[in-house]
Amino acid sequence: MFVGVAFLLYGLDLSLSGEEGFARVNELLDSFLAKLIIWGILSALLYHLVAGIKHLLMDMGIGEELKSGRLAAKLTIVISVILIVLAGVWVWQ
Amino acid sequence: MGMAVNSVTNLGRSGVYDWMVQRVSAYLLALYTIFLLGFMLTTDLDYEAWAGLFSQTWFRIFSLGTLIALGGHAWVGLWTVSTDYIKATLPRFLFQAICGTVMFVYVVWGIQILWGL
Repeated sequence: MFVGVAFLLYGLDLSLSGEEGFARVNELLDSFLAKLIIWGILSALLYHLVAGIKHLLMDMGIGEELKSGRLAAKLTIVISVILIVLAGVWVWQ
Repeated sequence: MGMAVNSVTNLGRSGVYDWMVQRVSAYLLALYTIFLLGFMLTTDLDYEAWAGLFSQTWFRIFSLGTLIALGGHAWVGLWTVSTDYIKATLPRFLFQAICGTVMFVYVVWGIQILWGL
Protein backbone atom coordinates (compact mmCIF):
# COMPACT_ATOMS: atom_id res chain seq x y z
CA MET A 1 0.00 0.00 0.00
CA PHE A 2 2.81 2.32 0.96
CA VAL A 3 4.45 1.71 -2.43
CA GLY A 4 1.02 1.98 -4.11
CA VAL A 5 0.76 5.60 -2.97
CA ALA A 6 3.50 6.46 -5.50
CA PHE A 7 1.30 5.16 -8.35
CA LEU A 8 -1.70 7.10 -7.04
CA LEU A 9 0.28 10.34 -6.69
CA TYR A 10 1.71 9.88 -10.18
CA GLY A 11 -1.80 9.37 -11.56
CA LEU A 12 -3.14 12.37 -9.65
CA ASP A 13 -0.27 14.56 -10.83
CA LEU A 14 -0.84 13.57 -14.46
CA SER A 15 -4.65 13.78 -14.29
CA LEU A 16 -4.53 17.32 -12.91
CA SER A 17 -1.89 18.53 -15.38
CA GLY A 18 -4.58 19.36 -17.94
CA GLU A 19 -7.13 17.84 -20.33
CA GLU A 20 -4.34 15.95 -22.09
CA GLY A 21 -2.92 14.53 -18.89
CA PHE A 22 -6.39 13.42 -17.79
CA ALA A 23 -6.93 11.67 -21.13
CA ARG A 24 -3.49 10.08 -20.79
CA VAL A 25 -4.43 8.60 -17.38
CA ASN A 26 -7.62 7.16 -18.93
CA GLU A 27 -5.50 5.73 -21.73
CA LEU A 28 -3.01 4.21 -19.28
CA LEU A 29 -5.89 2.64 -17.36
CA ASP A 30 -6.86 0.75 -20.51
CA SER A 31 -3.79 -1.46 -20.21
CA PHE A 32 -4.02 -4.78 -18.41
CA LEU A 33 -1.01 -4.10 -16.20
CA ALA A 34 -2.34 -0.74 -15.01
CA LYS A 35 -5.75 -2.30 -14.29
CA LEU A 36 -4.04 -5.04 -12.29
CA ILE A 37 -1.98 -2.51 -10.31
CA ILE A 38 -4.97 -0.29 -9.54
CA TRP A 39 -7.10 -3.31 -8.59
CA GLY A 40 -4.29 -4.53 -6.34
CA ILE A 41 -4.08 -1.13 -4.64
CA LEU A 42 -7.89 -0.96 -4.27
CA SER A 43 -7.99 -4.50 -2.86
CA ALA A 44 -5.34 -3.76 -0.23
CA LEU A 45 -7.01 -0.43 0.59
CA LEU A 46 -10.53 -1.88 0.90
CA TYR A 47 -9.42 -4.78 3.09
CA HIS A 48 -7.37 -2.43 5.29
CA LEU A 49 -10.33 -0.03 5.49
CA VAL A 50 -12.83 -2.74 6.50
CA ALA A 51 -10.44 -4.30 9.04
CA GLY A 52 -9.63 -0.79 10.31
CA ILE A 53 -13.31 0.04 10.83
CA LYS A 54 -13.59 -3.22 12.80
CA HIS A 55 -10.73 -2.01 14.99
CA LEU A 56 -12.42 1.35 15.56
CA LEU A 57 -15.66 -0.44 16.50
CA MET A 58 -13.68 -2.58 18.96
CA ASP A 59 -12.31 0.65 20.49
CA MET A 60 -15.95 1.46 21.22
CA GLY A 61 -16.38 -1.91 22.90
CA ILE A 62 -18.24 -3.56 20.01
CA GLY A 63 -17.18 -7.10 19.10
CA GLU A 64 -14.81 -7.67 21.99
CA GLU A 65 -16.24 -10.95 23.28
CA LEU A 66 -15.14 -14.30 21.85
CA LYS A 67 -18.41 -14.92 20.00
CA SER A 68 -18.92 -11.41 18.60
CA GLY A 69 -15.17 -11.14 17.91
CA ARG A 70 -15.23 -14.26 15.74
CA LEU A 71 -18.32 -12.99 13.92
CA ALA A 72 -16.68 -9.58 13.34
CA ALA A 73 -13.55 -11.29 11.96
CA LYS A 74 -15.63 -13.38 9.55
CA LEU A 75 -17.71 -10.36 8.53
CA THR A 76 -14.49 -8.45 7.81
CA ILE A 77 -13.41 -11.15 5.36
CA VAL A 78 -16.84 -11.47 3.72
CA ILE A 79 -17.39 -7.73 3.30
CA SER A 80 -13.82 -7.26 2.02
CA VAL A 81 -14.18 -10.02 -0.58
CA ILE A 82 -17.48 -8.54 -1.83
CA LEU A 83 -15.96 -5.05 -2.07
CA ILE A 84 -12.81 -6.37 -3.81
CA VAL A 85 -14.93 -8.21 -6.40
CA LEU A 86 -17.01 -5.05 -6.95
CA ALA A 87 -13.78 -3.04 -7.32
CA GLY A 88 -12.63 -5.56 -9.95
CA VAL A 89 -15.90 -5.09 -11.85
CA TRP A 90 -15.44 -1.32 -11.64
CA VAL A 91 -11.85 -1.48 -12.93
CA TRP A 92 -12.60 -3.93 -15.76
CA GLN A 93 -16.03 -2.74 -16.85
CA MET B 1 7.70 -0.01 40.16
CA GLY B 2 6.95 -0.04 36.49
CA MET B 3 9.01 1.89 34.04
CA ALA B 4 7.99 2.88 30.53
CA VAL B 5 10.30 1.69 27.81
CA ASN B 6 10.87 4.48 25.34
CA SER B 7 12.34 4.16 21.91
CA VAL B 8 13.89 7.05 20.05
CA THR B 9 12.34 6.03 16.74
CA ASN B 10 8.64 5.77 17.58
CA LEU B 11 6.60 8.73 16.42
CA GLY B 12 5.14 10.01 19.68
CA ARG B 13 7.89 8.72 22.02
CA SER B 14 5.15 6.83 23.87
CA GLY B 15 2.84 3.97 22.96
CA VAL B 16 -0.26 5.82 24.16
CA TYR B 17 0.51 8.81 21.95
CA ASP B 18 1.20 6.52 18.96
CA TRP B 19 -2.09 4.77 19.65
CA MET B 20 -3.89 8.10 19.49
CA VAL B 21 -2.08 9.20 16.30
CA GLN B 22 -3.14 5.91 14.73
CA ARG B 23 -6.83 6.41 15.62
CA VAL B 24 -7.10 10.08 14.63
CA SER B 25 -5.33 9.47 11.31
CA ALA B 26 -7.48 6.36 10.74
CA TYR B 27 -10.72 8.36 10.97
CA LEU B 28 -9.37 10.99 8.58
CA LEU B 29 -8.06 8.41 6.08
CA ALA B 30 -11.35 6.47 6.16
CA LEU B 31 -13.39 9.65 5.67
CA TYR B 32 -11.26 10.78 2.73
CA THR B 33 -11.25 7.36 1.07
CA ILE B 34 -15.03 6.96 1.33
CA PHE B 35 -15.60 10.53 0.15
CA LEU B 36 -13.30 10.24 -2.88
CA LEU B 37 -14.60 6.80 -3.93
CA GLY B 38 -18.16 8.12 -3.52
CA PHE B 39 -17.33 11.16 -5.64
CA MET B 40 -15.79 9.03 -8.40
CA LEU B 41 -18.76 6.65 -8.41
CA THR B 42 -21.52 9.28 -8.34
CA THR B 43 -20.02 11.83 -10.71
CA ASP B 44 -19.82 11.57 -14.46
CA LEU B 45 -16.07 11.87 -14.13
CA ASP B 46 -14.44 14.10 -16.71
CA TYR B 47 -11.49 16.47 -16.47
CA GLU B 48 -13.69 19.42 -15.56
CA ALA B 49 -15.34 17.69 -12.59
CA TRP B 50 -12.01 16.22 -11.42
CA ALA B 51 -10.01 19.45 -11.70
CA GLY B 52 -12.98 21.34 -10.24
CA LEU B 53 -12.89 19.25 -7.08
CA PHE B 54 -9.15 19.68 -6.66
CA SER B 55 -9.34 23.44 -7.28
CA GLN B 56 -11.49 23.93 -4.17
CA THR B 57 -9.40 25.23 -1.28
CA TRP B 58 -11.27 23.11 1.28
CA PHE B 59 -10.59 19.96 -0.72
CA ARG B 60 -6.90 20.83 -1.13
CA ILE B 61 -6.64 21.30 2.64
CA PHE B 62 -8.59 18.04 3.18
CA SER B 63 -6.23 16.24 0.74
CA LEU B 64 -3.04 17.61 2.30
CA GLY B 65 -4.31 16.83 5.80
CA THR B 66 -5.04 13.28 4.68
CA LEU B 67 -1.59 12.92 3.13
CA ILE B 68 0.05 14.09 6.37
CA ALA B 69 -2.20 11.68 8.30
CA LEU B 70 -1.08 8.94 5.91
CA GLY B 71 2.55 9.76 6.74
CA GLY B 72 1.88 9.44 10.48
CA HIS B 73 -0.32 6.36 10.06
CA ALA B 74 2.23 4.58 7.86
CA TRP B 75 5.07 5.53 10.22
CA VAL B 76 3.35 4.08 13.28
CA GLY B 77 2.35 0.96 11.32
CA LEU B 78 5.68 0.31 9.64
CA TRP B 79 7.56 1.18 12.84
CA THR B 80 5.50 -1.40 14.75
CA VAL B 81 6.08 -4.07 12.12
CA SER B 82 9.80 -3.32 11.73
CA THR B 83 10.50 -3.30 15.46
CA ASP B 84 8.70 -6.65 15.75
CA TYR B 85 10.32 -8.42 12.83
CA ILE B 86 13.67 -6.77 12.05
CA LYS B 87 15.77 -7.57 15.09
CA ALA B 88 19.17 -6.38 13.88
CA THR B 89 19.69 -2.67 14.47
CA LEU B 90 21.25 -1.62 11.16
CA PRO B 91 18.74 -3.20 8.75
CA ARG B 92 15.88 -1.93 10.94
CA PHE B 93 17.33 1.56 11.00
CA LEU B 94 17.83 1.51 7.22
CA PHE B 95 14.26 0.27 6.64
CA GLN B 96 12.87 3.01 8.86
CA ALA B 97 15.10 5.64 7.24
CA ILE B 98 13.90 4.65 3.77
CA CYS B 99 10.25 4.69 4.89
CA GLY B 100 10.71 8.11 6.49
CA THR B 101 12.36 9.51 3.37
CA VAL B 102 9.62 8.13 1.08
CA MET B 103 6.93 9.63 3.32
CA PHE B 104 8.62 13.01 3.24
CA VAL B 105 8.80 12.81 -0.58
CA TYR B 106 5.09 11.90 -0.74
CA VAL B 107 4.08 14.92 1.35
CA VAL B 108 6.21 17.39 -0.62
CA TRP B 109 5.08 15.86 -3.94
CA GLY B 110 1.48 16.13 -2.75
CA ILE B 111 1.88 19.83 -1.91
CA GLN B 112 3.35 20.40 -5.36
CA ILE B 113 0.42 18.61 -7.05
CA LEU B 114 -2.27 20.30 -4.97
CA TRP B 115 -0.95 23.85 -5.25
CA GLY B 116 0.77 23.37 -8.59
CA LEU B 117 4.02 25.06 -7.68
